[in-house]
Amino acid sequence: MAHDHDHNHEPPEDIVVRVKALENLMNKRGYLDQDGIDLIVDTYENKVGPRIGARMVAKAWLDTDYRNLVLTDANEAAKEVQISALQGDLIVVENTDKLHNVVVCTLCSCYPWNVLGLPPSWYKAMPYRSRVVREPRAVLAEFGLNVPESKEVRVWDSNSELRYMVLPQRPAGTEGMSEDELSDLVSRDSMIGVQVVKSPA
Amino acid sequence: MNGIHDCGGMEGFGPIEMEDENASKFKEDWERRVFGLHWGISMLGNWGLDDIRFSIERMGNGAYLSTPYYEHWLVANETLLVEHGNITAEEYEAEQERVRAELKSGGVF
Repeated sequence: MAHDHDHNHEPPEDIVVRVKALENLMNKRGYLDQDGIDLIVDTYENKVGPRIGARMVAKAWLDTDYRNLVLTDANEAAKEVQISALQGDLIVVENTDKLHNVVVCTLCSCYPWNVLGLPPSWYKAMPYRSRVVREPRAVLAEFGLNVPESKEVRVWDSNSELRYMVLPQRPAGTEGMSEDELSDLVSRDSMIGVQVVKSPA
Repeated sequence: MNGIHDCGGMEGFGPIEMEDENASKFKEDWERRVFGLHWGISMLGNWGLDDIRFSIERMGNGAYLSTPYYEHWLVANETLLVEHGNITAEEYEAEQERVRAELKSGGVF
C-alpha cells in the first residue's frame, strides 16, 4: 500500500507477519471472521466518535435535569445518547469558574471510548501520562490552555473500571443556540480537559 | 505490579506530541487490524481487562518503551492465546513462516 503520510519508519515487516498469522489462526479456528473484525474497526473508527460525548454536553447545558443526571449517574445519562454498551463505569466531572478538570490514565490508556471514540496518540503515550499528574498547569499550557492561578486544577486518573469525562463550561455567546449547534462546538479535547470550549467566532 | 507502565509522576519522557483532533487514530494499517483482532478476541470472553493489562506489564520495561502502542495489544493477545491453550506457540511460529514466505513471493497483506 502507498504511504503518503509522515512517519519515522516503515513498520517492521515482522509485526505485519505476526498480525496476519494471528488473524489466519483465529479464522481457521472459527473464533473470528474477517467481516466481524472489519465491523468492529469501522464502528470504533467511524461511528463512535466524540460526538456522543458532545451530545451529552450540549444536552446538559440546555437541560438542568439532564445535567444533574450526567453528574450523578453518567452511565444512565449516556444511555440516552449512545449507541454501544459502556465499558466500566463513567463519571462526568464538571468544570466551573473555580475548578478545571483534566483526565488521564497513568497506568495504561483507559479512556471513555464509548462516549469519546478512539483516544488520541498523545493520551496513550508516556509524556502525557507521566507529566500531567506532576505539573498539570504546565501540560495544559502546552495545549495552549492557561488556567489562572485562582482556579483549582484537578487531575482524574482513570482505570479499567472507572473512566472519566469532563463536562466543559458553556462559552459566552451561545445564548439561544440549539442542541445541535452547541454540540458542534464541543471538541473532544475539551471533554478530556486539555482545552475549553471556545466561543463561536 | 511495579514497572515502567506505572509512569505517573516520572520525569524525562520529553514533550507531548500533539496531533490534530481529526488525525487518523491509526498510523499504520497493521494497527487498525490489531485493534479489530483485539476486540474480537476479547469478546470471546476467555479473559478480562486485568489479564490483558497484566500480560502487557510482563513485557519488561525495555520492550514496553521501545514498541508502539498497538504492539502492546498484539503481545497481550499472543501471550494470552498461548497461555490459555487456544493456540500453540509452535503453530503460531509455523503460520508466521508461511505468511512470511507468502509475502516474499508477492502476496498482498
